[in-house]
Amino acid sequence: MADWLKRISGQTGSADEAKERLKLVLIHDRTDINPDTMEELKDDLLKTISQHIAIEPELVKITMMHEGREQRLVADIPLKHYDRKKIN
Amino acid sequence: MTAKIITVTSGKGGVGKTTATANLAVALAQMGQRVVCLDADIGLRNLDVVMGLENRIVYDIVDVIEGRCRLKQAMIRDKRFDDLHLIPAAQTRDKNAISPSDMIKLGEDLRDEADWVIIDSPAGIERGFRNAIAPADEIIVITNPDVSAVRDADRIIGLIEAEQKEPAKLIINRLNPEMVQRGDMLDAEDVLELLAIKLLGIVPEDENVIVSTNVGKPVALDEKSRAGQAFRNISRRLMGDEVPLLNLDFKEDFLHKLSRVFK
Repeated sequence: MADWLKRISGQTGSADEAKERLKLVLIHDRTDINPDTMEELKDDLLKTISQHIAIEPELVKITMMHEGREQRLVADIPLKHYDRKKIN
Repeated sequence: MTAKIITVTSGKGGVGKTTATANLAVALAQMGQRVVCLDADIGLRNLDVVMGLENRIVYDIVDVIEGRCRLKQAMIRDKRFDDLHLIPAAQTRDKNAISPSDMIKLGEDLRDEADWVIIDSPAGIERGFRNAIAPADEIIVITNPDVSAVRDADRIIGLIEAEQKEPAKLIINRLNPEMVQRGDMLDAEDVLELLAIKLLGIVPEDENVIVSTNVGKPVALDEKSRAGQAFRNISRRLMGDEVPLLNLDFKEDFLHKLSRVFK
């Protein structure tokens, strides 16, 4: 429903919030990975990858996704951008 | 013919396990099936009162397992259907009085007595739950469209997977179509997306359920009740019929219609 109409009709739309909160809770329940562990994992990953290639550490996103009842860890790791040297 | 054993479980208490067990049993019996329901909630016996059979209890599930009576003696015949029986829980014992292997043996003994054995599981994820699912061919997880019931259902589904049982099927109980329409209750689609298991049915919230429990006459016997209709549909699905989901659309008010136009 359009937001302005929600306001007029006095609706809170709390179901959307319930769904979002549940999504996060279930991911952690299913994998037994808490936010601290995720941070540690991220740091370790960054350290390891940086030894081989230059990356943008601030832009790295590590998230837990789920498809049906399968969980997966998705890492989005942008590489550091270099200006190409002009040839000749 | 040998019985199919179904366990109704939920994790969280109070979502409608006992109500669902009684109603599926009655609805199957109504279709001429031979049904035995088994109250596995030892120490918190309730299926007997929901079915209106509390005055007929002599022996219980623990008496059978500990050999104080024969199986048939503990099977209480229903008032309405000759081929519907209840084996009540023991009230003065606890869940540790029986083990999963006792339940498997009891389930096997019951296979010759009925077409369906329906087991009402206790709440929780411990011994009582493990007892209840041990003999099951099929497990029904029941939940309500709220955060704690769905979260607990997810835990239970995970535990069932870990036991290498057939994937559980879901009943969403006490859905309030008016609240869903307002955006204040998770709808069935949201719950299914989160839990990612097969849907067996949706039971709308219905005051008749409380009335039926008050008098010990499961709501599936009430032709006019929406919840009763939903339980009858679910039992037909258990029988393998293709039954469309109930239309739970709440009558829309003007603002909702308007909002859809502007969406």
